[in-house]
Amino acid sequence: MKLIVNGEALEARAATLDALLKELDYEGNWLATALNGDVVPAANRAEFRLADGDRIEILSPMQGG
Amino acid sequence: MFDLLGTKLASRLLLGTAQYPSPAILAEAVKASGTSVVTVSLRREMADGRGGQQFWSLVNSLGVRILPNTAGCHSVKEAVTTAKMAREVFGTSWIKLEVIGNHDTLQPDVFGLVEAAHILCEDGFIVFPYTTDDLVVAERLLEAGCKVLMPWCAPIGSALGPVNIMALRSMRGHFPDVPLIVDAGLGRPSHAATVMELGFDAVLLNTAVAKAADPVGMARAFSKAVDAGREAYGSGLLEPRDVAVPSTPTIGRAVFS
Repeated sequence: MKLIVNGEALEARAATLDALLKELDYEGNWLATALNGDVVPAANRAEFRLADGDRIEILSPMQGG
Repeated sequence: MFDLLGTKLASRLLLGTAQYPSPAILAEAVKASGTSVVTVSLRREMADGRGGQQFWSLVNSLGVRILPNTAGCHSVKEAVTTAKMAREVFGTSWIKLEVIGNHDTLQPDVFGLVEAAHILCEDGFIVFPYTTDDLVVAERLLEAGCKVLMPWCAPIGSALGPVNIMALRSMRGHFPDVPLIVDAGLGRPSHAATVMELGFDAVLLNTAVAKAADPVGMARAFSKAVDAGREAYGSGLLEPRDVAVPSTPTIGRAVFS
């Protein structure tokens, strides 16, 4: 399945957002995710099934003013 | 102690965490500033999935409260989504709401700001809106549910200091009971002292400390300036006048001729 993760096109096997994070080796409770522009809380990632062409944002804490 | 929306803070200085020469200097500057609140942001995690971890550990070790921002957002949708993601990661409903409207000045899009503030306040966020010094916009933000306002005093990172003292004074006068925090544009400790003398409740700064030759020393200097300005405000400043008034008593002056 073709996905856009943090702006980069990639091919993934994962069926859910939770599985995708594991597949791409993203781990940690400091990550926040959004699917096609909408927030997906950590608790709901396992339920969110991915579809071809989905846009996923994976964010983490960064310096800010 | 400074009571900000029911939260007791030891300092009236809020500090940004960006642009420091190193994480160690950031940590030292936070300590030297005496701040109780630091701002942070959310950005795309790098491919190895570990980039945010170090910063997150550092921030947690500082023992201060976190105020996440929506920096870089140019639309209501972006800002609202970022705020919700920040709430989940940082475990706080505080959000410094930025909706940027102009690339050159980083001026807030005040129309989008009010709309986003309304959505987030309805959703239970404590919204700290980064706004201009416009009184009508300030009114709209309060109507949207904001309990605190954060007007700029000059464009972000410009170090110009308060460019419109009259507008800031007017804002203080119009909203005597609303916590007002000057956010953005401060360049020198004397700028911070000036706005604190006007009666602002606190200041939020980043670049002026982070980009100083010695960020730790500058953090300490700003801390003193904020305290000095606040104490001066509470002590009743003398109004300026156009003629001299002798400070030494004239009664009993010797006559030699």
